[in-house]
Amino acid sequence: MSHPPIQPAKTTGNALLLILFGCVGLVVGFGTLVHLAHGFAAQGETPIWFWFAVALIWLAAWILVGRLSTFPANDDFAGRLIETSVPLIFGATILFLWEVITVGAGVPKVLLPAPSDIGSRFASSLPILEADFVQTVLRAVVPGWMVGSLSGFLIALVCDRVPFLARGLIPIGNFISALPMIGVAPIMVMWFGFDWQSKVAIVVIMTFFPALVNSIAGLQASGELERDLMRSYGAGFTPTFWKLRLPSAMPFLFNALKINSTLAMIGAIVAEFFGTPIVGMGFRISTEVGRSDLDMVWAEIALAAVTGSLFYGLLVLAERSVTFWHPSYRGR
Amino acid sequence: MMIEPAPHRPSGFGRRFINAAVAGHFLPVCVVVLVLVCGWYFAAFFMNRAVVLTLMGDDAHPSLSQLIWATLNSERPLLPAPHQILAELQRTVLDVSVTSRRSLVFHAEVTLETTLIGFAIGSCAGVLLAVGIVHSRVLQKALMPWIIASQTVPILAIAPIVVVVLGNIGITGTLPKALISAYLCFFPVTIGMTKGLASPDLMLIDLMQTFHASRRQTFWKLRFPASVPFLFASLKVAIAISLVGAIVAELPTGAQAGLGARLLSGSYYGQTIQIWAALFAAATLAAVVVFAVGLIERVTLAGMGSRR
Repeated sequence: MSHPPIQPAKTTGNALLLILFGCVGLVVGFGTLVHLAHGFAAQGETPIWFWFAVALIWLAAWILVGRLSTFPANDDFAGRLIETSVPLIFGATILFLWEVITVGAGVPKVLLPAPSDIGSRFASSLPILEADFVQTVLRAVVPGWMVGSLSGFLIALVCDRVPFLARGLIPIGNFISALPMIGVAPIMVMWFGFDWQSKVAIVVIMTFFPALVNSIAGLQASGELERDLMRSYGAGFTPTFWKLRLPSAMPFLFNALKINSTLAMIGAIVAEFFGTPIVGMGFRISTEVGRSDLDMVWAEIALAAVTGSLFYGLLVLAERSVTFWHPSYRGR
Repeated sequence: MMIEPAPHRPSGFGRRFINAAVAGHFLPVCVVVLVLVCGWYFAAFFMNRAVVLTLMGDDAHPSLSQLIWATLNSERPLLPAPHQILAELQRTVLDVSVTSRRSLVFHAEVTLETTLIGFAIGSCAGVLLAVGIVHSRVLQKALMPWIIASQTVPILAIAPIVVVVLGNIGITGTLPKALISAYLCFFPVTIGMTKGLASPDLMLIDLMQTFHASRRQTFWKLRFPASVPFLFASLKVAIAISLVGAIVAELPTGAQAGLGARLLSGSYYGQTIQIWAALFAAATLAAVVVFAVGLIERVTLAGMGSRR
């Protein structure tokens, strides 16, 4: 660009002001209405004007999000600020509506508990949640995910050296990736017992084939020209692998790791439906549903959601730092 | 070349077939499958040996061939041999009437129904979301991060509550299960379709503008046709996970009907052969539905004038 962007400082300032005032206004509005809703719920009757107020503030949030997402952000900081604030405001609005409607309209708890109920239940049963977290995530998901992904990668390395094996395994791997692998859960429980060993086995089986298929594709990703260049440098298999082929396989490997992170969580939790010791996230969900104790179920789901998102988020961060050279990250 | 062409066969069908088998995927796949089956028999022998020996008692000293026969045909094996699974499949698919509850076809049909309804709901929702996201910056900025975040949540973990909660308000039967399938399969469709609708070149969109085409015309004449290959690629993924959703959704309903129920009741009563037969049926079902979507894809794309 030859000319400087027009009024960059003012745009950032405007965006900041809009976000600041909008958020303060929304927080005050949300807080007041939630407080009112709880008051009315205690009295047993919610007046009609309350719902008008809810609709009004919903409209305000909608307009704010609309203004923000069409805001002419011509510098990096303002753009990033808007990128993060828009979904946050949207999420907060959803949470607010959920709370106000469940409390104000008196939705029965067996149907849908209010976020505040879930939150207080979460805070009051931290020891149980911690035990479940340790059992399901630390003992089953993480080891299974590591072993499954690593063994998929290692078999892909073997396939890379033996093309015949690769040609045989790729169609089978693709086919198995489309199968409902979760079905082996009862078998694994039968073989390896009720404890975490069977969950690790299921997670390994579920994560192996995505890792294999993606790793094979990744190892073939480096271009013919680059390989020729390495050959002209006199580089053998090992230097070519470390300096060219592994780095260019990284986007594929991270893709597999990300897919596997969700698969591993699903595998471990669903496997617990088929039998567990009396601890674990899947166990808690299935028993508390049976007892109609939906607060606890939702607290457990919140824990699973936060864990899953953190897991994924960490992988995205690692991916950015490892594959910073990739076109999809350049220029950011 | 492995085999010289026979001079009296100018078409060379056999030679082409063998060449294709060696160079393509056919022979390698066969070899890998063969190795897997052999490994399976070995595993069945070693895993079932202990159980069989205890059943025979301490003073029995079976010969090796007796032992092999016993391990590969035991009543409740730890790992059934492939021929036992095939026999069970034959018993529950061919020898029983289709409407009987003991027929695997009956259960597969229950699961298939859930899968297809969920797939229909989920992919329609996915396409609508994608259309909204492509046309509205607000939706794109506010919704897209949450759609991606929704996938990091182990959604299948919510399956039991959805079924139980909807049961509480009187919605039972296929719909709650289908909703779980739908929730699972909307995501790939949304992502693929958003990519597809945004795939036309800037030049082509400019061209539509120079034609003074309206947004609606640009959508139907440019964006939608361009997105169809993307749509089918996602539909194939979507229907496979829709089946997974249907199977898991059948677990909390108390093992009434469906392949998931067969898995669960098999695991309750230690019927390993039944579990494996249900697994094979699920695998076959997955292959059939994915193949069906692929077939529709081919016909549609050919009808739209695609060369592939």
